[in-house]
Amino acid sequence: MITTIVSAALPTAVSAAGSDDWWNRLFNFDNYGELLSLVHNSIIAGAVLGLVGGLVGVFVMQRDLAFAVHGISELSFAGAAAALLFGIDVVLGSVLGSVLAAVVIGLLGTRARDRNSIIGVLMPFGLGLGVLFLSLYPGRAANKFGLLTGQIVAVDDTRLSLLVVISAIVIAGLLVIWRPLTFASVDPDVAAARGVPTRALSFTFMLLLGLAVALAVQVVGALLVLSLLITPAAAASRISASPVVVPLLSVAFAVTSAVGGILLALGGNVPISPYVTTISFVIYLVCRLVGSSRTRRGWTRRAIA
Amino acid sequence: MTAHPPLELTDASLAYGERTVWSGLDLTLEAGDFLTVLGPNGSGKTSLLRAILGLQPLTGGRLSILGRPARRGSKDVGYIPQQRLIDPATPVRARDLVRMGIDGDRWGPGRHSHREHVEELLAAVGASSYADVPLGMLSGGEQQRVRIAQALGTRPSILLCDEPLLSLDLRHQHEVTALIHETRRATGTAVVFVTHEINPVLPWTDRVLYLAPAGHAIGAPDDVLTSEKLSALYGTPVEVLHSQGRVLIVGGDEHSHHVDEVGE
Repeated sequence: MITTIVSAALPTAVSAAGSDDWWNRLFNFDNYGELLSLVHNSIIAGAVLGLVGGLVGVFVMQRDLAFAVHGISELSFAGAAAALLFGIDVVLGSVLGSVLAAVVIGLLGTRARDRNSIIGVLMPFGLGLGVLFLSLYPGRAANKFGLLTGQIVAVDDTRLSLLVVISAIVIAGLLVIWRPLTFASVDPDVAAARGVPTRALSFTFMLLLGLAVALAVQVVGALLVLSLLITPAAAASRISASPVVVPLLSVAFAVTSAVGGILLALGGNVPISPYVTTISFVIYLVCRLVGSSRTRRGWTRRAIA
Repeated sequence: MTAHPPLELTDASLAYGERTVWSGLDLTLEAGDFLTVLGPNGSGKTSLLRAILGLQPLTGGRLSILGRPARRGSKDVGYIPQQRLIDPATPVRARDLVRMGIDGDRWGPGRHSHREHVEELLAAVGASSYADVPLGMLSGGEQQRVRIAQALGTRPSILLCDEPLLSLDLRHQHEVTALIHETRRATGTAVVFVTHEINPVLPWTDRVLYLAPAGHAIGAPDDVLTSEKLSALYGTPVEVLHSQGRVLIVGGDEHSHHVDEVGE
């Protein structure tokens, strides 16, 4: 089932002669131990990304920012492509691109409708710029494709420490603004009345979101960032409404998707993203099923209706 | 130290540029008072609430809360907004909303769950049975009960109610207003109730503040809601009718208040 979906998306795989052949391209666990030791750093990067994505996703859901995530990731892609072309660090380029996008969206789009139209304007521009930089880039095509659909690059120690530092900044920032941000997201009128600086919080969150998106682009690619920044949180909020359980579940789902995706993709010959997106999608489906039976039962017992 | 009144306005005025919203407003609310604020759209009802919340500075006069100037984020002021649609998938339960009223404005993830205090507040408004239900799955009346509990989280001495009855049906309107009345009796908090519809709050109202284009009037409902007073406030003929304990206001300007609506 999973393989048919993926093969439909990858015509090159189907064109290969036998079904065994594309199965091997997808799942091949020969010499798995050796491979595993090579991508040791990638797995750590995946786990850290899962942690960040799971936490950020909770607020992305609450603040209805799914479209913003997508828009930021396209500009992050443009930044990374520019970095590739000009020979600077790709992580740095993608961080610059997404932070710039987050600042623009945060400054101009305070109301939801403004925000969506600004994102709609920025997104194709970013994607176009990215395509331009990539076509000018003389290097290997695999590098180019990887920015859009994810790749297990050999994450060296320098890059891993950069990813970990960015993650630490995002997580620390989120923890500091956690309570007022929740208040401002769920209940903006009362939060404003209670003196919560809703504007400043919204802007700060956009910056943290920009950093998180830049991280995610490194692993799953710009097109599929939502699979780690939305799907886990959406799945978690299907089966719980507790402010403690939802973030924990969301992190667990995101880490499972990211690390599981990398482990499965190791042996295969296709990009990492189909594995990550499929795992997170399956988790979402299961949570939806569990959640719908729960909703039918009325969610919780009520003494008096 | 003598007790300062929960709210005191002295010759208060508010203007946006050239346009004066209200001026010469003198008002003192004692503990437990129930003040109903009426008036057409644009007459400055919301601005008054924002001034009390410390979000909107006055352009003249003084406003004090328990003897101190209004301050943004003050724990002495509780705020009940109108009912909002909340996505049922939003991971926030009734008890979480109430907890936000206690310490939602503080930094950090929060170590104390304030469980006992939250239970107490929910019990006081009769919302204990749906404490764990996601907010988006509650009916409008239930949501507003939870909001009252939320607003009481800091033990405020003034409760600001910003059109809390909008989009509630008659029965829930009655329940919510009666609950606010019981609350002020039990806790001694003063109530400032902004509304388009006088009738649901008429039984509990001590005084009415009527904000209108040509001025304002403060006093007991029977003194303010008269044809002469309102005609003077609007500058056009307005008729006030009394029928079966309800007040119907006919006339006023074109973007008239809906005080005359009988509900639903």
